[in-house]
Amino acid sequence: MTPQQPHDAASPLLTLEEVSVDLPTSRGNLRAVDRVNLSVAAGRTLGIVGESGSGKTMLSRAIAQLLPRKARLSGHVLFNGQDLTRLSSESLRLLRGRSIAFVFQDPMTSLNPVLTVGMQIAETLQEHLGLEARAAMRRAVELIASVGIPNPEQRCQQYPHQFSGGMRQRAAIAIALSCEPKLLIADEPTTALDVTVQAQILHLLAHEQRQRGMAMILITHDLAVVAGRTNDAAVMYAGRIVERAPTRVLFKHMRMPYTQALIAAIPKLDSPPHTPLLAIPGLPPDPTHPLPGCAFAPRCAYVRDQCRHHTPPLVPADHSHEFACWHPIASHVRATP
Amino acid sequence: MAISEASDVAALAHSARPRAAVGKLFWLAAGWIALVFLAASLANALPLPDPTRMELLDKRRPPNATHWLGTDGLGRDMLSRLIHGARISLTVGILAPLIGLMIGGALGMSAGYFRRSAETVITGAVDVLLAFPPLVLALAVTAYLGQTVANLTWVIGVLSIPAFTRVARAATLSLAEREFILAARAAGASELRILVRELLPNVILPMLAFFLLAVAVTIVVEGALSFLGLGVPPPAPSWGSMIGEGRESLEVAPRIAFLPAMAMFLTVLAFNIVGDTLRAITDPRQTAL
Amino acid sequence: MLGLAARRAVYLVPVLLAVTFLTFLIASLLPGDLAFAILGDQATPETVAALRHDMGLDQPALWRYLRWLAGVLQGDLGRSYRTGESVLDAVLGRLPVSLELMVAAEITAFVVAIPIAILCAARAGTGFDRLATGIAFAKLSIPSFMVAILLIYLFAVQLRLFPATGYVPFGEDPLGNLRSLVLPALTLAIGEWPVLMRVLRSDMIATLQEDFIALAKAKGLRPRRILLVHALKPSSLTLVTVAGINIGRLIGGTVIVESIFALPGIGRLLIGAIYTRDFMILQGVVLFVAAGFVMVNFLVDTLYALLDPRIRHGH
Repeated sequence: MTPQQPHDAASPLLTLEEVSVDLPTSRGNLRAVDRVNLSVAAGRTLGIVGESGSGKTMLSRAIAQLLPRKARLSGHVLFNGQDLTRLSSESLRLLRGRSIAFVFQDPMTSLNPVLTVGMQIAETLQEHLGLEARAAMRRAVELIASVGIPNPEQRCQQYPHQFSGGMRQRAAIAIALSCEPKLLIADEPTTALDVTVQAQILHLLAHEQRQRGMAMILITHDLAVVAGRTNDAAVMYAGRIVERAPTRVLFKHMRMPYTQALIAAIPKLDSPPHTPLLAIPGLPPDPTHPLPGCAFAPRCAYVRDQCRHHTPPLVPADHSHEFACWHPIASHVRATP
Repeated sequence: MAISEASDVAALAHSARPRAAVGKLFWLAAGWIALVFLAASLANALPLPDPTRMELLDKRRPPNATHWLGTDGLGRDMLSRLIHGARISLTVGILAPLIGLMIGGALGMSAGYFRRSAETVITGAVDVLLAFPPLVLALAVTAYLGQTVANLTWVIGVLSIPAFTRVARAATLSLAEREFILAARAAGASELRILVRELLPNVILPMLAFFLLAVAVTIVVEGALSFLGLGVPPPAPSWGSMIGEGRESLEVAPRIAFLPAMAMFLTVLAFNIVGDTLRAITDPRQTAL
Repeated sequence: MLGLAARRAVYLVPVLLAVTFLTFLIASLLPGDLAFAILGDQATPETVAALRHDMGLDQPALWRYLRWLAGVLQGDLGRSYRTGESVLDAVLGRLPVSLELMVAAEITAFVVAIPIAILCAARAGTGFDRLATGIAFAKLSIPSFMVAILLIYLFAVQLRLFPATGYVPFGEDPLGNLRSLVLPALTLAIGEWPVLMRVLRSDMIATLQEDFIALAKAKGLRPRRILLVHALKPSSLTLVTVAGINIGRLIGGTVIVESIFALPGIGRLLIGAIYTRDFMILQGVVLFVAAGFVMVNFLVDTLYALLDPRIRHGH
C-alpha cells in the first residue's frame, strides 16, 4: 500500500497505514480521517495541505495518539519500527515530547500564560532527559538563543504575553526541539503570525531540520507554504488524501482538480493589478453526512455523472505520485506556483 | 447576601447537569413544594391541636396516637408546630424575595435600559448595600426596628434587592439593543411603554427562576435568625426557632430538632432544584452573577 | 504596580464613608427615643431630657453624624451604656477569637475543596464527579446552624469527642483551644466547601480544554504535573477571588457559629449587644465589621491583580 520513495535509501521513520478517525457526535458518526496512507523519512519534510475541516489537524493528533476521548482510531501508525496504536499510554507519554514533538498554530494559546517560557522548556528537559532544575534552565537559555531570540537569560524569566507573536512561536519551536525529537509535526505554524514573520519561522524550521536530520510534517491550508519548503506534499479533502506526490511533481503535474484550484488560488505577485482572486466556490461537505461519490464533486469544474455516484480510489500516476479522480487533468497542464 | 448563594446553587447545578433536567427530580421537588403549600394554607382548617398550647406533663413524648409526631420540650404538638411553622416560613420566604423582585427588578431594568447616570447611581447604591455582611445588617436592623414578622420580611426583602438588580440589569442589557426595542421606539412608543410591554415580559423569565432560588435562601436566613431567637418572635412557631429550641433536648429527644431540620432541608432543596431547572431552561448561558 | 494599588485605594474612601453613613442611618431607625430605651424603668421626662442633652441627641441629625464620624476617625467608637467599656476595646478584645475561627475554617475548607475539585475536573462527567457535585448541591440547602446541630449531635452528644460549647484561650491551653475550635471551624468549613469546590472545578474543566494543556500532553508531561501545575495555577486565581468574596458570608457565619458554640468573638458580641439592647456596642460592631469587610475585599482584589501576571504587566 505504501508507495516507494524513489531516491530514499532509508526506510520511512513514520508510516500511516489505513488510518481512520471516527468521532461519535449527536448528529451521527463523523469520519474525520478516512483511510490515510502516508509516510515520512528522516531528514525529509512532508507537507499536508487542506482547507479547515479537511481533517488535517485530526490526522496530526492521531499520529501521536492524542485524540479526544470519544474518538476511535483504526489502522496502524508505525513509528521507528513500533506500532503506536498498540503501545501503553505510559510508553506513548515517554515518546511524546522526546521523539515526536509538536508546534501548534497559535503560540498565544498553546503556551501556558502563567508559567515562564524558560520553565516551559525546562520541564520537558527535566521530564525526558532527567536534567535537574538548574541544568535544565541553563539548557533552556541555550535553546532560546539558538532559535534567534536575543537576551535569552532575561527572556527565559518572562511570560509568553511579554513576547511578540513571532518570538512566541520561536519559543514554541525551542520547546519542541528541546529533546532532539526525531519527528516534528508543525500544525499551521505560521497561520497566526504576521506575513513578514511567517517566512522567518519557516526558515527557522527548515534550518533546524537540516541541522538535526529530523523528519518534519508541515500542515497548512496554504499551498504557498508548501512550495519550496517540502519534499513531498499530500492534499487532503474531506478526510481523505486526494493527491500525493513529491512537491515539485505536484505543482507541475497535478491531476486532481482540487489541487489545481488550490494552486490557482495562490495570489501571484506578477499578475496584473486588480486581477480577481480565485476562490473555490462552495463549501466543504458536512462530515456527518458524507455524499456518495467524490466529495469534491459539488465544487468541481470538471464534474461528470460518474463523479457523483462513485468515489474515485487513489491510483498511481507514476511510482511516486497518486491521485483520486475519475477525470484527472491531463499531465501536460502546467501551473506556475 | 446569602442571595449570592442562590447564584452558587445555580452555577453548581449547571455544572453538574449541563442539560436542563426536567426529570423525576424536578417533579418530586415540585410535588413537595405543592404539599407544603397545601399543608400551610390549610393549617387552620386541619384538625390540629393549638401549636402554642403547652402541656407540661407531656413533655418530649415520642410519636403516639394523640401526637402523631410527639411533643417538644414544652409539651407542644410537633406536627401542628411543623405545619404552622411551614406557614410562617413560606410567608416570609415568598414575600421577602417578592419585594426584592419588584424593587430590584425595577431598579435593574432602569439601570440596564437608561444607562449612563441612572446606571452609575443604582449600581453604586447597590454596591454600598453589598458592602455590609448581610446577616449582620439584618440583625442590626431588626434590633433597631423591633422584632416582628413584618420587619423581618422587609429587611430580608431589602437585602435581596442588590441580587435582583443585577439579574434584571444583566437581562436588560442583553435585550436593550435588540431590534424589537428599536422597532418599538421607531413606532413612537414612550420609554415606559417599552419597558413594560417589550422588555418586561422577556426579563421576567430569568428573574422568576432567580426568585425561586431566592425563596430557598430566604427560608434559610429567616431560619437562622429565628434559630438565634432574633427572627420570628415566640411563641409563633418557625422551623428555625424549633430547631433552636430542640437543641437542649438533643441528648434525650433529638427528633425535636431534627424533624423541623428535615422539613426545612427538604423544602429548601426543593426550591433550589425547581429554581435551578427553570433557570437552566430560561437562560442556560447565564453564569454566576 | 504601586500606582495600581494607590488608584484603587482612592476608590475605597467614598465606599467607607458611605458605609459609615449607612450605619448611622440604621442606628437612627430606632423608633421612639434612644435615651428612653436606655433609661427604661427610670425614665421620667426630666431624666430623659437630661440624658438626651448629655448624649447630644437633641442636636440635628447631620451634626450628630459628623460628631460621631469625627470620633470614629480618632478611634473613639463610644462607650457601652451597660458596662461602660470602650466599644473599641470590646471589639479588639474579641477580634482574635473570631479571626482564629475564620482562618481555621477557611483553611479547612480549602484543604477539603481543592483535592476534590481537582479530582472532579480530571474525571469530569464520571460517577465520582456527579456524586461530589450532587453532594455539594445538596449541602447548599443545609444552613450552617443545621450543620452545627448535626455536628454537635454526632461528635459531642453521641461520640463525646469534642465540647459542645466553650472556648479555651490559646495561651491557657493550646490543645484545649484547638479542641474547642474543631466543631465550629468544621461547621463553617462545611458551609464554604461547596462554593470553593464548584468554582475551582468549573474553572479547571475550562482550563483543561485550553490549547496549552493539549501542548503539555503533546510534550509528554506526567498527568499529575499537567493537573497540578499547568491546570491548577491559572485556575487558582478565581479561587482566591471567591475565597475573598466569601469573607462576607464567613463573617455572617461566625455570628451564628459563635453564638451556638459560645465562643467569645465579635459575632457573639453583636448578638449579645442585641439581646441586651446595647446600641452603642451594636453600632460600633456593625461599623467595624462593615469597614473590615470592605477592606478585605479591597485586599483580595489587589491580590488578584498581583497574582495574574497579565494584569501585573498592564495587559
